[in-house]
Amino acid sequence: MPALLAAILLLIAFPYLFTQPFLQRTMILVVMWSVLGLAWNFLGGYAGQVSFGHAIFFGLGAYTSTYLFIEYGVSPWLGMIAGAVVAVIVSAIIGWPSFRLAGHYFAIATIAAGEIFAIIFRNWKAVGGAVGIYLPIVRGDKLSNFQFHDSKIGYYYIILAMLGLAALTTYALERNRVGYYLKAIREDPDAARSLGINVTLYKMYAMALSAAFTAIVGAFYAQFVLYISPNTVFALNISIQMALVAILGGTGTLAGPIIGAAILIPMAEYTRVYLGGRAGGLHLVVYGLLIMIISVYQPGGLMAIYNQWRRKETAQKMQQAADAASAAREG
Amino acid sequence: MSPEVTLLVQSLVSGLLIGFVFSLLSVGLTLIFGVMDIVNFAHGEHLMLAMYLTFWMWFLWGIDPLLSLPVVAIALFILGVLTYKVLIKYVLDAPMLAQIFVTFGLMIFLRSLAQVLWSEDYRRIGDTWVSGRIEIAGIFIGLPQLVAAIGAVITTGLLYLFLKKTRTGWALEATAENKEVAGLMGIDAERMFALAWGLGLASVGVAGALLATFNPISPEVGAIFVLVTFVAVALGGFGSVPGAFVAGIIIGVVQVLGGFLWEPRFKTVLVYAIYLGVVFIRPQGLFGQR
Repeated sequence: MPALLAAILLLIAFPYLFTQPFLQRTMILVVMWSVLGLAWNFLGGYAGQVSFGHAIFFGLGAYTSTYLFIEYGVSPWLGMIAGAVVAVIVSAIIGWPSFRLAGHYFAIATIAAGEIFAIIFRNWKAVGGAVGIYLPIVRGDKLSNFQFHDSKIGYYYIILAMLGLAALTTYALERNRVGYYLKAIREDPDAARSLGINVTLYKMYAMALSAAFTAIVGAFYAQFVLYISPNTVFALNISIQMALVAILGGTGTLAGPIIGAAILIPMAEYTRVYLGGRAGGLHLVVYGLLIMIISVYQPGGLMAIYNQWRRKETAQKMQQAADAASAAREG
Repeated sequence: MSPEVTLLVQSLVSGLLIGFVFSLLSVGLTLIFGVMDIVNFAHGEHLMLAMYLTFWMWFLWGIDPLLSLPVVAIALFILGVLTYKVLIKYVLDAPMLAQIFVTFGLMIFLRSLAQVLWSEDYRRIGDTWVSGRIEIAGIFIGLPQLVAAIGAVITTGLLYLFLKKTRTGWALEATAENKEVAGLMGIDAERMFALAWGLGLASVGVAGALLATFNPISPEVGAIFVLVTFVAVALGGFGSVPGAFVAGIIIGVVQVLGGFLWEPRFKTVLVYAIYLGVVFIRPQGLFGQR
């Protein structure tokens, strides 16, 4: 518990302790991908439906808020909510027929759906087509603008707040009946169904939650980078990376996606900047290797390894205490 | 023939030719799934490796792709067996998520490795024994594409004969049908699994060598073909070799015809729409059993 408090305090104080722009930017990305990982986790970790198409919701969030902002002057804060709504509706349309597909069929279907969206937006002239959209620059660095130019600190705290929201939601889900149902569905859908759980309905809940959070981050991304295009926000790579951070860190856990992001993103940024060029992909080589190793030895990811270690430690300590007690009695 | 009809027939022929290559790719994927229920998400990357191998043998030592084809096929066979023994074997009894993650991780690993080692640049193989094109009744057919199609059909045919006419082939099919009972009959499931992976990737090897004669090669090339392969396997029925063969041809024709009749940039949407249509309307595909 104290370690957790210290970590939270460190997170809050970060931009004032580390003022170098590169560090701040990297940290913003780490937090952003933590939220994305947690969002993916709702569907993939808790409901057990592996999706490689989440970029759909990311892009929908980005495009919805941007379009509303440019065409109708709607504040990106409201646009973000609108993006989440659109994403939830789309997730319901996609999810409803897809959920009876088993594991890998569903995964492939999400890849297909993701690519379809990318192609549609690449050819949709009204929203910029393949060229994308440049967001208008709004000066003033006011929170209500959702744009900051003199420093990145505003962005950092916004995304940190989103992380807090996602973490709290995950925490609540863990202790809620809905969370238990989802985990039951993940472990054995048929058994869950025989207990009377409406499997499809709860999967839809998980999907909606997942889509909404992803879309919100998408809107944030649009405001952060100030340029969106189908190749950046609907990219398969985004879907893949969302799954990567959650899988490595540990699906179905709260800390997992955060740890996954904390490892992958700095690795990605540093290899990109310091190695550059071709070797810039080195972090993915390492990541792929780690995923393979994790899948074979501990599909639960790093969190599961950590929990296993904790249990062994506790068992060892209890054994030591028992030994000491019996020795004391006999001695 | 009028120009429109000529173009239509041209598209049909093109689609057919590439469809045969899709068939070969799909047969490899469906074989692995049929025998052990594992979807090889890295299938496209294995194709990419085969194409790079063909390329480097041509670039470094001037070996024509048709000559290196058997070498590539054998190399991929060995890679398949290795992949099984080092990786897949350990997730056979793991939850499906672990099985998905392992080949997914392999996909990321191989693709990124290719990017780091050979860069994103597109490579092309220049003059080969099959460069050029022929003309039949006003229809132009690229020689590499024709040879690739013929090679694909021959390989698929050989594979099919192997499965249906040899004892090992029967053993493979028996293991696919019921691993335990096959084991009771004295069939070593381990060897069959390794064999499935070997044969599956060998098919990809052949397809890769053939494709390399006309298709550009890059770390991304796997991703381009793998989605089409998944669709074909689903359409044909997961686990069915004849199904994969037929479906590959259908997809090839639909893709090219769709691009010609509708819009080239939407032909991929058409293919994905086929996948979604198949899994929602007829999940077992054309010839599948599940």
